[in-house]
Amino acid sequence: MPLAGSSVGWTEEIARARLHVVSGKGGTGKTTVAAAMALALARGGKRVLLAEVEGRQGIAQLFGTEPLPYAEQRIAAAPEGGEVYALHVDAEAALLDFLDMFYNLGFAGRTLRRMGAIEFATTLAPGLRDVLFTGKLMECVRRVDQNGRRTYDAVVLDAPPTGRVVQFLDVTKALSDLAKTGPIRGHADKVVKLVHSQDTAVHLVTLLEELPVRETLDAVAELDGADLRPGAVIVNRVRPPRLPADVVAHTTTGELDSERIRVELGEAGLELSAETVTGLLAETVEHANRITAEHTAREQLAEADLPAIELAELAEGVDVEALYELADLLTAQGVR
Amino acid sequence: MTSPKLQVDKLLDDQDTKVIVCCGSGGVGKTTSAAALALRAAERGRQTVVLTIDPARRLAQALGLKELGNHPRQVQLPDWEPAGELWAMMLDMRRTFDDMVLTHAGKERAEQLLANPFYQTISTSFSGTQEYMAMEKLGQLAATGEWDLIVVDTPPSRSALDFLDAPQRLSSALDSRLLRMLAAPARASGRGIRKLVGTGFTLFTKAISTILGGQLLTDASAFMQAFDSMFGGFRERAEKTAKLLSSPGTAFLVVAAPEPDALREAGYFVDRLDGEDMPLAGLIVNRTHPVLAKKLTANKALAAAESLEREDSAAPSTSAMLRIHADRVEQANREQRLLARFTRAHPIVSIARVPAMARDVHDVAGLRAIGDRLAGD
Repeated sequence: MPLAGSSVGWTEEIARARLHVVSGKGGTGKTTVAAAMALALARGGKRVLLAEVEGRQGIAQLFGTEPLPYAEQRIAAAPEGGEVYALHVDAEAALLDFLDMFYNLGFAGRTLRRMGAIEFATTLAPGLRDVLFTGKLMECVRRVDQNGRRTYDAVVLDAPPTGRVVQFLDVTKALSDLAKTGPIRGHADKVVKLVHSQDTAVHLVTLLEELPVRETLDAVAELDGADLRPGAVIVNRVRPPRLPADVVAHTTTGELDSERIRVELGEAGLELSAETVTGLLAETVEHANRITAEHTAREQLAEADLPAIELAELAEGVDVEALYELADLLTAQGVR
Repeated sequence: MTSPKLQVDKLLDDQDTKVIVCCGSGGVGKTTSAAALALRAAERGRQTVVLTIDPARRLAQALGLKELGNHPRQVQLPDWEPAGELWAMMLDMRRTFDDMVLTHAGKERAEQLLANPFYQTISTSFSGTQEYMAMEKLGQLAATGEWDLIVVDTPPSRSALDFLDAPQRLSSALDSRLLRMLAAPARASGRGIRKLVGTGFTLFTKAISTILGGQLLTDASAFMQAFDSMFGGFRERAEKTAKLLSSPGTAFLVVAAPEPDALREAGYFVDRLDGEDMPLAGLIVNRTHPVLAKKLTANKALAAAESLEREDSAAPSTSAMLRIHADRVEQANREQRLLARFTRAHPIVSIARVPAMARDVHDVAGLRAIGDRLAGD
C-alpha cells in the first residue's frame, strides 16, 4: 500500500545511484533492510557489496556466518544469478590501508599498532574514523578490474543510525576543524564529492510509529540541510489492517456492539464466555488504535514527499530465507 | 521454563536501592522505562531524580524539561501530589564536561582548555564522551545526597555494551602513553625526550602529522599540557563512579523489546554485568502483546472467521475481530519463544513484561500506566 501523496517506489534517480546508504532509528531493522536491498540490487547477474562499519557484526549474525574479517568475501547468491559480497570496515585496518596506499607507510603498520598510534590517531580526530570508513567505501565504489569493468555494480552500507548519519557522511565538517591541510583533507574532500553526488542515495528505514517517523523527518531535514540526497523511505514491518476503514473510528472509542458480536460468534459456532468476548473486544480496540496511529504516521511521512517502499512484517521473524522474501518485495516495488 | 518475575515495587520501595541504571540497545524504550520507574518511585514516597539522556521532545515537556538546564528541576504538575518527590534533568554533555574542567583546573588554565580546538572535538564528538559524562553526572548527583533514589537512562548507543566501555575508552585514550609523551616536552623542556623514546616516536609523529597535519599535534600537545594536571582528579572520579555502580545499592535493569536483536543485546549485557559482578536486578521487556482472550485458540478463531465470511449476513467487523485475535496469538507465541530462548540461556534473570500501549507515551498519565504494567498491576 503506497503512502498517500508520495511518489511510489524506486525512482530513476535512485536507480542510478551506486552507493546506497541505509540508515534509520535504532530498532527499525536497518541491517535487515540493507541486506535485503543488496540481494535485490544484485538480482539478475550483478555484483553488490554489503558493508558495515562500527564493529557490531550485524551482517554476520543475519547471515549466520562467522564474524566478518576486513576483507570482501562472498556471502550470498542473489536471485537469478548475482552475488552479494560482504565487508566489515575496521578503522584500524582501513588506516593502515590508507597509509600503505598513499605513503608506502604500510611497513610501519606493525610498529604503529604496537604503539597504540592508530587508536590514538582515531581518538585524536574522531572524524578521522568516519573518513576512513567512507574512504574505503569510495574505493569500493570506484574500483574497476583489469578489463575496466566495475568490480561492484552497487555498494550498500548498513550505516549508523539516523541521529549520527549526517555527521558520519558529512566528513568535511568533522575534519576541517582538525586537519586544515594535508593529505587526509584531500582524501576527505574526494569522499565529500562522492557522498554529495548523484551516485549516493541515503535511504531511511522507519516503522509506522511516532518516534521512528519523527526521527525520519528530522533526518530528511538534516540531510537536506547538509546537501545530501535522501533516497527512499522504507517502511518496515508493516502489518495488515484487519478492520474495514469505516469500523476503525468507532472501534477506537470502544463503541462495539458486544451483544451483536456475541450472537454472530454463536452463529459461527463459537460459544464464548463473557470474559473471552471482553478479551476479544479489548484486542480489537488495541488493533484499531494501532491502525489509527499508523494512519497518522503515514500522513506525517507523506510530508517528506519521498519515494516510499513498504515491507511487510514476516510472521516467522528474520532468517536468511526471509531476506530473500524481503528482497522479492523490494524488487516488486521497483528496486533495481 | 519460566523465569522469576521482577518485583518492581519491592525494588523501588527498598530504601537500600540508591541507583537504578536502565540500559539496553537503541529503540527499546529505555528513556520511557526510566521515567516511568522514577515517577512510580516518587508516588511511592521516594525522593527521586531521573537523569535522562535524550528524551523525546514531548516526554521532556511532560517532565517540565523544556530547556537544557543540566541541573535537576522538580516536576510539579497541577493536581499531582506524590508522596515523595520527582526531579528530572536532561544531560548536557558539553556543559558537564566544561563544569568538570572549571572545577578541576584553575581559572586561567580552564579558559585555555575550553578554547582549545582539540578540547572542543573531544567534548562534543568523541564517541565515548556522552557515556563518560552520564557517569560523571551520576557521580555528582549521588555526591549531593539530596535524593535517595537516582534513576539513570543511558545514551542511545548501537550496542548496549558501549555504556560500560566508553568511559574506559575515553580515559585510557587520554591517559595513553602517547598522549603523555605529547605532554612531556613541556615538562622535560623538550630535551632528550625524543631520544629517550627512540625511533618509534619519530615514526609516530611523522605518520600522525603527515595524515592529520601539524597543527593538530600542536593543539593536542597544548591540550595535554593543560589537561595533565587535572587528570588524576578525573580518573579518581571515574573510579569512584565505577565503584558506586558495582555497589549493592545499585540495580541494573536491562531493557529490551521482544525482538531477536534486542534480546541478543540484552543477553550480552546480562553476561557482561555478571562477569564484572555488577548488580543486575532484572530484564524489562517492553511492548509485549499478551493474548487477552486466552480461552480461544487461533485455529478456532480462524475457522469461525472463514465460516462468517461465507455468509453475507454477518458484519465484516466480527470476522475481522477473529482474525485480529489469530494474529495476536501468533505474535504472542513468537514473543514467548524469543523470551523462552533468553530464559534458557539466563534462567535466573527476573523479567518484567510491559504490554504495549496503543500510543507513544508522553504524559504523566501514560508514564503511570507504564509503571502499573511494569509492576504487574
